[in-house]
Amino acid sequence: MVVARSHAVTRENVDADTLRTLYRHMLRSRVLDERMWVLNRQGRAPFWISGIGHEAIQVAVGMNMEPGRDWLAPYYRDLALTLVLGMTPRDHILSVLAKADDPNSGGRQMPAHYGSRAHNIISTGSPVTTQLLHAAGIALAMKMRGEDSVCVTSIGEGSTSGGDFHEALNFAATHKLAVVFVVENNGYAISVPVEKQMATPNVADRALAYGIPGVSVDGNDVIACYRTARDAVQRARSGLGPTLLEAKLHRLTSHSSDDDQRRYRSADDLAAERAHDCLPHFRSMLEDLGILAPGDAERLRLELVAEVDEATAFAEQAADPLAESALLHVYAEDD
Amino acid sequence: MPTKSYLEAIREGMRDEMRRDERVMILGEDVGAKGGVFGTTEGLQAEFGEWRVMDSPLAESCIVGVCIGAALYGMRPIAEIQFQDFILPAVDQIVSEAAKMRYRSNNDWGVPMVLRAPFGGGVHGALYHSQSLEAMFCGVPGLKVVVPSTPYDAKGLLISAMRDPDPVLYFEHKRAYRSIKGEVPDEEYTVPLGSAAVMREGRDIAIFSFGMVVHMALEAAERIAADGFECEVVDLRSLRPLDRAAIVSSARKCGKVMVAQEANLAVSIASEVAAIVAEECFEYLDAPVMRIGGPEIPAMPFAHALEDFYLVTPDKLEAALRTLAAY
Ligand SMILES: Cc1ncc(C[n+]2csc(CCOP(=O)(O)OP(=O)(O)O)c2C)c(N)n1
Ligand SMILES: [Mg+2]
Repeated sequence: MVVARSHAVTRENVDADTLRTLYRHMLRSRVLDERMWVLNRQGRAPFWISGIGHEAIQVAVGMNMEPGRDWLAPYYRDLALTLVLGMTPRDHILSVLAKADDPNSGGRQMPAHYGSRAHNIISTGSPVTTQLLHAAGIALAMKMRGEDSVCVTSIGEGSTSGGDFHEALNFAATHKLAVVFVVENNGYAISVPVEKQMATPNVADRALAYGIPGVSVDGNDVIACYRTARDAVQRARSGLGPTLLEAKLHRLTSHSSDDDQRRYRSADDLAAERAHDCLPHFRSMLEDLGILAPGDAERLRLELVAEVDEATAFAEQAADPLAESALLHVYAEDD
Repeated sequence: MPTKSYLEAIREGMRDEMRRDERVMILGEDVGAKGGVFGTTEGLQAEFGEWRVMDSPLAESCIVGVCIGAALYGMRPIAEIQFQDFILPAVDQIVSEAAKMRYRSNNDWGVPMVLRAPFGGGVHGALYHSQSLEAMFCGVPGLKVVVPSTPYDAKGLLISAMRDPDPVLYFEHKRAYRSIKGEVPDEEYTVPLGSAAVMREGRDIAIFSFGMVVHMALEAAERIAADGFECEVVDLRSLRPLDRAAIVSSARKCGKVMVAQEANLAVSIASEVAAIVAEECFEYLDAPVMRIGGPEIPAMPFAHALEDFYLVTPDKLEAALRTLAAY
């Protein structure tokens, strides 16, 4: 197990443009995610489950993937990752408002159940952990076809307790498949803390049992995430097999819009986590380095808010699904 | 036309389709060098290699989940579950994932996968190598379920299943593998999913069944034909969707209906067929629908006498048919 951490200014091989792009993607997801909460609290969206606090690892992984070539089997916190791969705020606001043109599911699934064939993002349901086996199957097919594409899949730490986690890692490792298993370890599975989920300090430690590398990275340190993700994706692409990549991060919101984490977590804890928010930390770093000039971050924020405003207006006017359309697409012949 | 066993027909169906379509692959326990515990995939790894005929780890959710992923990527996987009894660890992947993929993605994704599993008793397999668990899946929209009873259908239905864009569960009766033989063309052909087959025409009692029980029904029908009762024996073949039109037509024609299966009766295929007959043939019936199946005990026990007690046999069917005929 390796703990990856970026030293104060070790940005070797991560150039200023990349850093700016990382920041832009993170902020874009944050702005959109905050809008989802607003829509929920206004009573316009029945449900939201957030990726706030998870952006750094997602953006780092996404920027190391090749859109159109690599595949993703995501989970419900991966808003930022889907945006990096080309999905848009429009797509996801259509989804949170359950509109007919929602590309994820046409308003059939709860929001944050991502999927888009156009972006090589497979459809995800609600049962956790199942997608890891799909990623293994996708990577098996890639290998059988002699392609050097990569399939990324992601999961929360609590869900790694499920059997499919083991079955997927074992299979992918046995056949040296091009999968990157990303564990977004936020320390909680709804209200259950990680100490009640597993006896090991890191999910990544389990990699040893599968004969693959396991890396645990500070998920609030986007540069460390970026370099770790780059290594894992390259390793997969070059045929060396899967990596178990764990990012330790914080869920800066309740589990979902139906949860209130103040019922099971102390105010001190929550405040301490807020102080580790990956986004302001990254912004000050970029400003200190002169990669963002004074005013840049705020200008960018306004630009992204405008994009989300436009997307909200667009989605609110979009059509709801027709009731009778509920009968469509059980089988292919329906078409 | 050459005569082949049920098992040979299944193997030939896979082999021919694998020759025709390089996307077809098989993943399952012991399917490689050994050729499966029943020999169903014998010779296939030698012909198609270790990737297309792959020994899986001993993990059923893995077999099905990996096949779903491969199907999403454009392969045409066959997931083999060694015994249907061991399908339960994979039910989440089958019911939550494969069955719902097309619907939940609003037709963006589909899972063209075949899941093959031997089922059924009468081989001293006891509780965990004898079950008929088809009813667990036949109420699941998004799945198709077929059970061939003849070698001809075994090959034709399997080829249809492999070409279908949606997940098809293909359950093969393990007692039929070597005991049932029949004519099977060497050429490729398909038997459509969703259609029943009239195996014997008659006008007095319609018997609906599937799997090995079809053969017992045919035997029982012959026996009472000697006394002038003509049974129409219908092989359901496709359990989801059921061939409603075929069921209604034979039930109306005969006016007396028996549904026979190996599994216990509660909430089963027999229940569903009886419900269809009640809904659509009420005015045509001359007797209550009769359902024949296993007892309400957890599964088939091992000892000879206990296994016999569980199983449907031609004798039991004959006795029941005589009662129904006399009604
Ligand atoms: C198989 C299954 N069991 C239970 C649930 C309900 N559930 C949804 S999310 C969740 C917690 C998941 O925690 P974790 O894996 O740590 O991911 P996180 O939400 O923290 O990102 C639970 C119990 C589910 N969706 N699927
Ligand atoms: Mg968690």
